[in-house]
Amino acid sequence: MESLNSENFDDRTKGMCIVDFWAEWCGPCKMLGPVFEQLSKDYKGKLNFFKVNTEEASDIAERFSVMSIPCLIVMKDGQEMGRVVGYMPKDSLKRKIDGIVK
Amino acid sequence: MHDLIIIGGGCAGLSAGIYSARYNIKTLIITKEMGGVLNEAHKVENWPGTRSISGLDLMMKMREHAEGLGVEFVDEEVQKAEKKGKVFTIHTGGKSYQSTALILAMGLKRRHLNVPGEEKFAGKGVSYCYTCDAAFFKNKVVGVVGGNDSAALAAILLSQYASRVYIIYRKDDIRAEPINKKAVEENDKIEVITGTNVVEVRGDKMLTTAILDKPYKGSKEFRLDGLFIEAGSVPSTIIAEQLGVKLNDNKMIIIDREKKTNVEGVYAAGDVTDTVMRQAITAAADGAIAALGAYQYIKKDKVDKY
Repeated sequence: MESLNSENFDDRTKGMCIVDFWAEWCGPCKMLGPVFEQLSKDYKGKLNFFKVNTEEASDIAERFSVMSIPCLIVMKDGQEMGRVVGYMPKDSLKRKIDGIVK
Repeated sequence: MHDLIIIGGGCAGLSAGIYSARYNIKTLIITKEMGGVLNEAHKVENWPGTRSISGLDLMMKMREHAEGLGVEFVDEEVQKAEKKGKVFTIHTGGKSYQSTALILAMGLKRRHLNVPGEEKFAGKGVSYCYTCDAAFFKNKVVGVVGGNDSAALAAILLSQYASRVYIIYRKDDIRAEPINKKAVEENDKIEVITGTNVVEVRGDKMLTTAILDKPYKGSKEFRLDGLFIEAGSVPSTIIAEQLGVKLNDNKMIIIDREKKTNVEGVYAAGDVTDTVMRQAITAAADGAIAALGAYQYIKKDKVDKY
């Protein structure tokens, strides 16, 4: 999955997308990683999936006021539509995302 | 139909799964969050044979071990559990699963303060995972609510990033392990405010203020950018209650030496039980004993049937 940084962020987040803000030291983020990967297949063609490493791209995390991770932010043309903070299993996460997208 | 369903995929549940698979009983683990509280443990340094390992890595290894032995996994939250005759039925969001025996290993969930504003500012300054979020508070003022060992560890880690760290504790003296308590006392950035509760959190878009029940330096309004909740944990026992499993006054599942509950066929292990020690190693041991009990129960059930 593609990782974004300040150089490509604005360009890549045109349209509808969801961004996973994570860090190496965050246990729940590592748990969420594979779930996010699976979801990217379910939403193929509807939502673009990206990752942001908050350590390497702290400026983007700051821009979106990310203070707790894991944090998934659904965006439309770079504007936040909603976010999900914390780990949850796949089906619960899907219900949350569907609630934001529709 | 499975022989055994284990609810909870933390240390107790995974260990129970490893043992039950080796007893050759068909086992399913249903878990909302594989790894449980250990996922947040930065380092585990008391797991015999391993000097230091992250909690998550230890749990991943245990899961791989269980999977390698043929244990099945469903990563979902259990909504409801019931017993009809001798069969247990466990319902998740959309599916249900049946078994002859059950091991409850749901562990603990974080205690929230349940004060106004807490939910609203969760993820916007209020945090329940200091290992995850400490780095977002560079040069900021943060509070840690609680006085246990994790509160001390949280304050110590946060002091590496934040400009000032306040431990806010309802009792008179923090009760961290001596080594961590000393580290708190010797840390210039950390101050301990005792005998004080946070009764509300306020802010605009982000958290800005904690309201205290007692003035600190003349004011009950306490300016801060982050508030880490380390006020201990409470057991997850809704499922146990649905099955009629007896709990003690602290809502912990009452078990006997064989990890048997008052309900026939239901065993329990780990942090969710009325144990005296809540550590990875004791949870793993509980899981092993519970698996033995479940195995003997299942074997007897099969003999009775035929």
